[in-house]
Amino acid sequence: MKNKLIVSLAPHLHNPNNTTAKMMFNVVIALMPALIVSSMIYGWRVLFVSLFSVACCLLFEWFIKKYMLGGKPTLCDGSAVVTGLLLAFNLPLNIPLWMVAVGALVAIGVAKMTFGGLGKNPFNPALVGRVFLLVAFPVAMTTFPEVTGAVAGGTTDALSGATPLAMMKMAAKGDVPMTEVLSRLEMQSLFMGIKSGSMGEISAIALLLGFAWLLYKRVIKWHIPVVVLGTMFVIGGVAHLLAPESFIQPLYHILTGGAILGAVYMATDYVTSPMTVKGSVIYAIGIGAITMAIRMKGAYPEGMSFAILIMNSFVPLIDKYILPKRFGAVKEAKK
Amino acid sequence: MLKTFPIGGIHPPGNKLSADKAIERFALPETVVIPLSQHIGAPAVACVAKGDKVLAGQLIAKADGFVSSNIHSSVSGTVKAVDTYVNAQGLRRPAITITVEGDEWVEGVDLSDELIEECNLEPKEIIAKVAEAGIVGMGGATFPAHVKLSVPPGCKAECLIINGVECEPFLTADHRLMLEKGAEMLIGARIIAKALGVNKTYVGVENNKPDAIAHLKKLAAKYNGEVEIVPLKVQYPQGGEKQLIAAVTGRQVPSKGLPIAVGAVVQNAGTAFAVYEAVQKNKPLVERVITVTGKALSEPKNLLVRIGTPMQSLLEYCGIDSVEGTLKIVGGGPMMGRSMCNPEESMMKGSSGLLVLTEPETKRGEEAECIRCGKCVEACPMGLEPYLMGRVSKIKNFEMAEQHYIYDCIECGCCTYSCPAYLPLLDWLKLGKAEVMKIMRARTSK
Amino acid sequence: MGVLGYTILTLAVLGIVAAAVLYFVASKFRVEEDPRIDDVEKMLPGANCGGCGFAGCRGMADALVKRDDISALYCPVGGAECMKGISEYLGKVAAERQPMVAVVRCNGTCENRPKTNTFDGAKSCAVIAALYAGETGCSFGCLGCGDCVAACEFGALSMNPETGLPEVDIDKCTACGKCVSACPKGIIELRKKWPKGRMVYVSCMNKDKGAVARKSCTAACIGCMKCQKVCEFGAIEVANNLAFIDSNKCKLCRKCVEQCPTGAIVEKNFPPRKVVTAPKEEAPKAAPKAEVSAEPKQEA
Repeated sequence: MKNKLIVSLAPHLHNPNNTTAKMMFNVVIALMPALIVSSMIYGWRVLFVSLFSVACCLLFEWFIKKYMLGGKPTLCDGSAVVTGLLLAFNLPLNIPLWMVAVGALVAIGVAKMTFGGLGKNPFNPALVGRVFLLVAFPVAMTTFPEVTGAVAGGTTDALSGATPLAMMKMAAKGDVPMTEVLSRLEMQSLFMGIKSGSMGEISAIALLLGFAWLLYKRVIKWHIPVVVLGTMFVIGGVAHLLAPESFIQPLYHILTGGAILGAVYMATDYVTSPMTVKGSVIYAIGIGAITMAIRMKGAYPEGMSFAILIMNSFVPLIDKYILPKRFGAVKEAKK
Repeated sequence: MLKTFPIGGIHPPGNKLSADKAIERFALPETVVIPLSQHIGAPAVACVAKGDKVLAGQLIAKADGFVSSNIHSSVSGTVKAVDTYVNAQGLRRPAITITVEGDEWVEGVDLSDELIEECNLEPKEIIAKVAEAGIVGMGGATFPAHVKLSVPPGCKAECLIINGVECEPFLTADHRLMLEKGAEMLIGARIIAKALGVNKTYVGVENNKPDAIAHLKKLAAKYNGEVEIVPLKVQYPQGGEKQLIAAVTGRQVPSKGLPIAVGAVVQNAGTAFAVYEAVQKNKPLVERVITVTGKALSEPKNLLVRIGTPMQSLLEYCGIDSVEGTLKIVGGGPMMGRSMCNPEESMMKGSSGLLVLTEPETKRGEEAECIRCGKCVEACPMGLEPYLMGRVSKIKNFEMAEQHYIYDCIECGCCTYSCPAYLPLLDWLKLGKAEVMKIMRARTSK
Repeated sequence: MGVLGYTILTLAVLGIVAAAVLYFVASKFRVEEDPRIDDVEKMLPGANCGGCGFAGCRGMADALVKRDDISALYCPVGGAECMKGISEYLGKVAAERQPMVAVVRCNGTCENRPKTNTFDGAKSCAVIAALYAGETGCSFGCLGCGDCVAACEFGALSMNPETGLPEVDIDKCTACGKCVSACPKGIIELRKKWPKGRMVYVSCMNKDKGAVARKSCTAACIGCMKCQKVCEFGAIEVANNLAFIDSNKCKLCRKCVEQCPTGAIVEKNFPPRKVVTAPKEEAPKAAPKAEVSAEPKQEA
């Protein structure tokens, strides 16, 4: 035998599809349809802001890892790219670039690297960045361009347009009659993405396409997105049945705002979601319920970000008490 | 819907390169080195001395206690040494070295191919014969077969399950055995069933071996439904004892329990064939089928090899000489087999495969941070939390490992296979499990 | 009285009530404990290393105070001085033990003991030891993953990257014994500590026969008995092809070091030898070795 030998413990094979970089790459691919639709509707600035946000995240990650934390560089795992994209998707189109940079710094610097980097952050970095910006710069963060015309035209209005959620909020408060809100919301255009909102959240169909890709690649399981949206639908439906003049039909809730973006891409973040299926379901119900509570009763029109961050904080607790179903578990008499 | 086990599992690519290769008889080597510990339990005690002439099939080492196994000479010749040898793991272990001279067998061994159906022995006689022939579990666990056949008092066996799953990628030894020696294997299974006093025998075969399933179904037709061939959905680790019982019967062996607790006894297909040869042909366990495989080898093969033959000669026979670069040689399958640092290791009773992997196929990626993706939890067939136990074992918090049922781990490797961060989860789990078992044993002995 | 007044009043009342509750609870559930335990704990070094066999210094202090016969108890970190102080304080007779130090009994450096295979897995000696003999041909020697270094709470052990072996810092070592139990190969031994850290010991654990041992490691003890014969104090015994020097009998005469054909017997921290013949023998031996070790490093 002339060959040198390697020795290791079993197993001697590894699933080639399971690597951190590959899974992150698949998330990026899944976000592409939404990015394309958004650029078609809002124009090139979408791409520019997204790239800028990704670049900022990569830069901050590299800088902090190299000069403050030490250790091996972690840019190649792609998690900073995902964070950057998701952060951009959560911002309105006309946001100044320096605010994007601040958001990226908070996302990577505060929410992720302070805790030790990938795998150790308790909260979703992109959402922390977004919420920070929302609280710090409320006007810039809630000024959305009005979308008019067809997809092909792609014209955007410089004037600020009320998002569907803001209109729904007005109806719930009784400022605007429900009939008028309904007349301005068309289900079809909501689905396709012709509505005002953050860059990435406007097209439901593009986001669902990405969801299908993630499921096909087995990057995520269906439980969290479906249960989040299902919970929102049920709560919205009950509210609508009880008071149709204040609360809109539940499908509008799912198609508007960051519901799908949040449920599919943010709530499913590995690091900040529970390990087990049972735990995931509890976590997802929590997100759905809190989102609807904020949307219907809270001060903000949208509550997805807050709901996910709140439930993120429960994940360690869920993981401690919701254990996987064990093979051959027997009820042991505690001695 | 095909049956399978209820929790976890993975689908590694099958790579059954040698599935179409008929079993070949491997030539007698010049010398054999027969290790005295080829089974779980106490090593056998040598009963020959240097210079003794021995015949093939002659007892050369006696079982030392109940959980131990007899060892027979696989060749005829002269005992060169009763000494030690260096095993695949580079450790020195007792062994008997025999220089081969001719091929003479002890009297009474029937070497013909004639099929003997009838077996009129009593259960106790069968068990005695199995023990005498030195048969062990041939799937790789090498637990002495007669111990498993002796149902402990207070328990009752209800069914026998023959393990023809062969869920490990690459391996095809059991597959070929079922195809070529199916009739003998089923008779062996009937004999085991008789020894256990059960009527029902299941043969679990994964659905990636449709030819074996069809062949066995045809053969089993004459047993009036007492032998049932159960096709199973392809999923690793179906060949694990607990997983197979759950797949076939739907019963889960309780945590810390033995299969007999749910009335099941599992024996490997190779063991059933060995029992046939021992009981019907008086032939002790001195040879077995091994799959020598790997993408690097020019000719992967299924070989019938005498115990004690050096593995290196098998590799050379299958064309390892032209392989370049760094290799990993694994005794057994790629998921649970042990990699070797010394290819001079001898063929043993539990050697079901010899696998050659090249560096790109097997080299582990660089360890990264756990991203809590839960793939290991999803994959674990025992419903454990490998990420957590890997971590606590690493920091030697064995108390917490025990609280999370580390002793239930079957060491199948699904967690390490699935981990995107290339964490060596099973490395730590095995360490933690061994330590926890030690602590638990110390507690019960107190 | 405005809002401020009410606030101050409320807080004051709350504070008084809470203090009262705490006082009563504390006096009701008070645990009577020998005050000497606290004193003894303060006298102990407070390393909580477990070298004494207890979980921490508090456990040791508790046992020292409560047991009548404390001759079985010893704090290796504090040493004789600390035990003397405690025994005087408690009025009991404490054990007297000589100071010890840990030594690593393996000389299988990269060039003495070439690698025969590569381990690809968790970097832990315990994991490797449970699997197989190790990356070299010697199944007794150091595995080089530093379980002992991780176990040492005093920073006395460090991995030498050139040799791939752990090294003991004699000044920091307290002989707590953590590394001894952490090493799965059992190559770390606690030996009597001589002044100036001088020591002579067999730096090998290989129990293979001479020729086999030599094949896997050029610095292996081959069990030739030369050292046993030359020792005037009967301190050396060869069993299972391996020599052992009893540190209680050894007088550091170093005759065995000169006799050893493989250099398995090591002397440390001695001044250079005055005899003219000895350094000649030693010097050329040591010099080319150092060069050899440097060369592959540069290539890599």
